[in-house]
Amino acid sequence: MKHLLDTASLSRADAIGILDIAEEMTLVSEREVKKLPVLRGRTVVNLFFEDSTRTRLSFEAAAKRLSADVLNFSAKGSSVSKGESLQDTIQTISAMGADAIVVRHGGAGTAHRLAHTGWIDVPVINAGDGTHEHPTQALLDAFTLRRALAGVPASGPVAGGPRGRGLDGAKVAIVGDILHSRVARSNVHLLARLGADVHLIAPPTLLPWGVEHWPVTVHFDFDEALRSEDFAAVMMLRVQHERMHESFFPNEREYARLWGLSAARFEKLPAHTFIMHPGPMNRGFEISAAAADSPRALVLDQVENGVSVRMAVLYRLLTGQEETND
Amino acid sequence: MTQRTVLDAADISRAITRIAHEIIESNKGSDDLVLLGIPRRGVPLALRLAEAIASISGRPEAATELAGSLDITMYRDDLRGGSYRAPEPTSIPASGIDAKTVVLVDDVLFSGRTIRAGLDALADVGRPAKVRLAVLVDRGHRDLPIRADHVGKNLPTSSSERVNVSLDEIDGSDSVTISGGRE
Repeated sequence: MKHLLDTASLSRADAIGILDIAEEMTLVSEREVKKLPVLRGRTVVNLFFEDSTRTRLSFEAAAKRLSADVLNFSAKGSSVSKGESLQDTIQTISAMGADAIVVRHGGAGTAHRLAHTGWIDVPVINAGDGTHEHPTQALLDAFTLRRALAGVPASGPVAGGPRGRGLDGAKVAIVGDILHSRVARSNVHLLARLGADVHLIAPPTLLPWGVEHWPVTVHFDFDEALRSEDFAAVMMLRVQHERMHESFFPNEREYARLWGLSAARFEKLPAHTFIMHPGPMNRGFEISAAAADSPRALVLDQVENGVSVRMAVLYRLLTGQEETND
Repeated sequence: MTQRTVLDAADISRAITRIAHEIIESNKGSDDLVLLGIPRRGVPLALRLAEAIASISGRPEAATELAGSLDITMYRDDLRGGSYRAPEPTSIPASGIDAKTVVLVDDVLFSGRTIRAGLDALADVGRPAKVRLAVLVDRGHRDLPIRADHVGKNLPTSSSERVNVSLDEIDGSDSVTISGGRE
C-alpha cells in the first residue's frame, strides 16, 4: 500500500489491518508520554483547497502524535488565489521536503492525480475529493461501529478492543444526500467489503447515477424502511447546499419532514440502533436534537476516533519499505 | 540443512523455574514486580514466569496481575526500511509500572536492538524504579552495550546460524533449535 486514495480499491485485509493498528493507537492517549516516535524527522503536508475543521485538525493531531513535523497549507490566502496551478503548488511543496501529502480538493480525482502524475513521489492520502471519496472518514466510521457493536466503549483506550474482526452481518442505513456525499461513497464500499449489509435511503433525486451497480439495497421511503428493516446503525448525511446548484427537493421543511431523523422517528427506532453523522450537523434539518444528543449517538466518538484512525493510516503508509507497484 | 535441538520442553520448564527463583531472590519477593513480555514469544514466556513466581510466593492467583506485554514495533530503528510490520498488542497490568521493578522478557537476545527499543517504549509508558532483562536464550553477537540479568541458556552461535524458539502457546510445542550455519 503506497497511497490511500479511495475505499473502493481497499482490500478487506488492509482495511481490518488499519482498524487494528488504530486500536493500538487509542492506547497512546492513556500513557505518560502521549506520542510515538514513528515519524520523527519526517514531514506531513496538509494540503487543503476546501474548508475543513475536523479533518484538518484531526490529521494534524495524528501526525503530531506520531512525532512528524506538519506543514499546513490552505488555498485561501495562498498563491493559489494569485492563479498558481495545482502542479506548481505541489512542486513547490515537494521542493520544501514533504514525506507525505494529505489532500482535500473540490475536484473529484485530485488525490489520484497527485499520486499518479509523477509531480511528486510520496504517499498521498485523500482527505476528500469533490463528491468522490473520503476514505479516512469511512475508516473511522467503520472503527466506531465495530467498537459499538462489540459492546465496548465506542471511543477512547480499550485494551481488549475488537481486533481482527469486520462488520459481518451488521445492517447499516445511510440516509440523505447520497449524490453529493463522498462520505457515503466511501462508506458504501468499505462497509460492504467488511461484510455489512448496506442500505441507502434517499429521495430519487439525491441518488447517483449507477447506484444499481453498488453493493446496496435502495429505499425511497424512510418510514417504510425503518418499519421493514432492523438496523444496527443509521448514518445521517449532511445536506450539502454548497454542492447543489439546482433544486433536488421542494424546500427544507419538506426534506426535514420526509428524510430527517426527527424526534418522532428516533423514538420509534429499536433501542439497539446507533446513530451516526459525519458532521458538521444541521440540527433540526437532517437530524433532530433528540437523536443527536441521545446516548446512542456516536457523533463525538466518530470525531475522537478520527485521530487514532488517521495515525493508523499514516503508520501504514509511511513505515516499511515502499512497494514498487501501488 | 542441519538442525539440532538445544533445549527440549523439560529444559525450558526447568530454565523458567530457575529464572523465577532468581527474580524473586534479586527482587526480595514478588512485591512491586511487573513482567512485560516482548511480542510475540516473550509474551507467553512472561506469563509462564509470572505463574512460576506467583506459585512460589504462595499466591498463584496473582499471576495475571504480574504479567503483561510491551510492543516495541513503533520504537524500532529500522521502521523505514525492511518490510511493513503491523504492531502487536501492548497490555500493561492495571497497577501500572511507576516505581516498580519491571522485568522485560524475550525469547532470544541477539543484537540487543529489540531491547533498546523496549527501553524507549517503557520510558513512554511510565517510570519504573528498576528495569531488568530475562531471556530464554542469549546467543551473543551484540550490536549495543546491553546484557541480560537472567538467562535460560547461553548459546554460543555463529552469526550465520539461526536460533528457533517454539512455544506451546504459539507453535504447539516447546523447543529451542539451531539450524543453518556453515558446515
